[in-house]
Amino acid sequence: MRDELYQQTILEHNRSPRNFKKLEGATHAAEGYNPLCGDHLWIYIKVNPQNMIEEVSFEGSGCAISKASASMMTTALKDKTIEETNLLFDEFHKLVIGQLKPDQQSNHLGKLTVFSGIWQYPSRVKCAVLPWHTMHGALEKVKTISTE
Amino acid sequence: MSAFDVHRYRVDFPNLNISVHGKPLVYLDNAATTLKPRCVIDAINAYYVTGVANVHRGVHYLSEQATAAFEYSRQVVRQFLHARRVQEIIFTKGCTESLNLVAQAYGRQFLKSGDEIIISHMEHHSNIVPWQMLCQQVGCVLKVIPINDQGEIIIEEYLKLLSDKTKLVSLVWVSNSLGTVNPVKTMVEAAHKKGAVVVIDAAQAVTHTPINVQDLDCDFLVFSGHKIFGPTGVGVLYGKEKWLEAMPPYQGGGDMIKTVTFAQTTYNTLPYKFEAGTPPIAEVIGLRSALEYLQTISWEGMRQHKQELLNYGTKILLSIDGVRIIGTAKDKTSIVSFVVEGIHPHDLGTLVDREGVAVRTGHHCTQPVMQRFGVPATARVSLAFYNTKEEINILSQAVKKTQVVFQR
Ligand SMILES: Cc1ncc(COP(=O)(O)O)c(C=O)c1O
Repeated sequence: MRDELYQQTILEHNRSPRNFKKLEGATHAAEGYNPLCGDHLWIYIKVNPQNMIEEVSFEGSGCAISKASASMMTTALKDKTIEETNLLFDEFHKLVIGQLKPDQQSNHLGKLTVFSGIWQYPSRVKCAVLPWHTMHGALEKVKTISTE
Repeated sequence: MSAFDVHRYRVDFPNLNISVHGKPLVYLDNAATTLKPRCVIDAINAYYVTGVANVHRGVHYLSEQATAAFEYSRQVVRQFLHARRVQEIIFTKGCTESLNLVAQAYGRQFLKSGDEIIISHMEHHSNIVPWQMLCQQVGCVLKVIPINDQGEIIIEEYLKLLSDKTKLVSLVWVSNSLGTVNPVKTMVEAAHKKGAVVVIDAAQAVTHTPINVQDLDCDFLVFSGHKIFGPTGVGVLYGKEKWLEAMPPYQGGGDMIKTVTFAQTTYNTLPYKFEAGTPPIAEVIGLRSALEYLQTISWEGMRQHKQELLNYGTKILLSIDGVRIIGTAKDKTSIVSFVVEGIHPHDLGTLVDREGVAVRTGHHCTQPVMQRFGVPATARVSLAFYNTKEEINILSQAVKKTQVVFQR
């Protein structure tokens, strides 16, 4: 089976998602919903006074892509500044729509490049970006994010 | 094996020869839209290549030809539905528009504050939202018939909901997400006893069973061309003449008028009163070709073949570990909605697609059904008369491969 999308890392994060819990003392939170798939998640973020992300967690249910994306995002954002987070958000977004080729362009995505093949599955791009949009919304104090 | 020679018909559908991701297409998404036989494609082509003209407008040869072809199509639809008069057949752009037309033109004229509309829990969004909009406009109230764990309408609850306040009942005949075939004839009778009119959403029924609107005695019936081997962009509203006569137009424009002055406009007679603007001429002609094509195939042959496919598909899917079927009504059409433990339907849909298998995944425009069964979405196999057991085997292999990927 040609499954460039369903790589080991993604399947593994789907099976045992990291930081899959509600975060006590979160400074920011938002709900994300994709009516097409029924993907539904909550992102919690704790930002410290130095404007650093101390912790990110998520809860909810969804497809393997959205779950793995959320899980990997929570580990990627730990100890990042808000500026670094915004940069990653921007790079991830370009990655999943095929505008950033990680092997040709310098970037800060690290393990997140496992999503580099997803632009070939247009109907699934939304699954991968839902956690990121929700995180971004949380930082911008938007309560509910919907991607369609 | 039944005597139904499926391969004799498969050659009529050019789409069945295409490949997807290097694999032969296995098309199991017929409830979303059906494939088109070559005769339909040719009929549309012929209109554009040799006969393109507007209808009801010109005196020139081509316009008269187009008008004749268009109006003959209406005859064919009348016969297909066994309607009493050809004036009762209105062309729309689809099931959705037909339902909105009834909600707005009939609903706003005849329903008032406090009146009740009954629908079922298994309606397609297109048979929910137009009524909600009407309720907001005139203050009527929407009541919903519950369904049981098999996905069947609970008839006793329906009878309890019916009252003198009930003015309209709108029901799906065959559910697109559960496959349930509802006992619409007895439901129509019960509604009429209370003086309510009945709208039947026949979107999925048109390929399941022959339809006789006079025998069914429904007041309105709607369907879409693209779900019955015809083109997109065309649908039908059947309505009893007495209601269509009493209803105001739905949209204003050309063709739906007799005379226009700035002081006063008089509306055209049926069916034109409800067909404002240039209609989808090529699509209407294509729909006629689809209905004529269907007439060449025995209903009984198709029914038996699809029943065998349904039984086989159900058995094969249930033999796979972790598969659960949503919608197990006694009376079902060839639609199987299912979920696989540990695999989200969208992941399943993406992975079986890599094997060339097209199934629908999602809520199928029936979110209340998903809520009722506590699932975010399902994968849905919907079988047409041109599908085969071999195709079901390919699906089953693809589902098993997906499970292997997820167990890695
Ligand atoms: C039962 C049912 N009703 C209504 C519709 C709406 O049809 P259309 O989108 O062609 O207007 C569908 C199509 O999915 C359907 O399955």
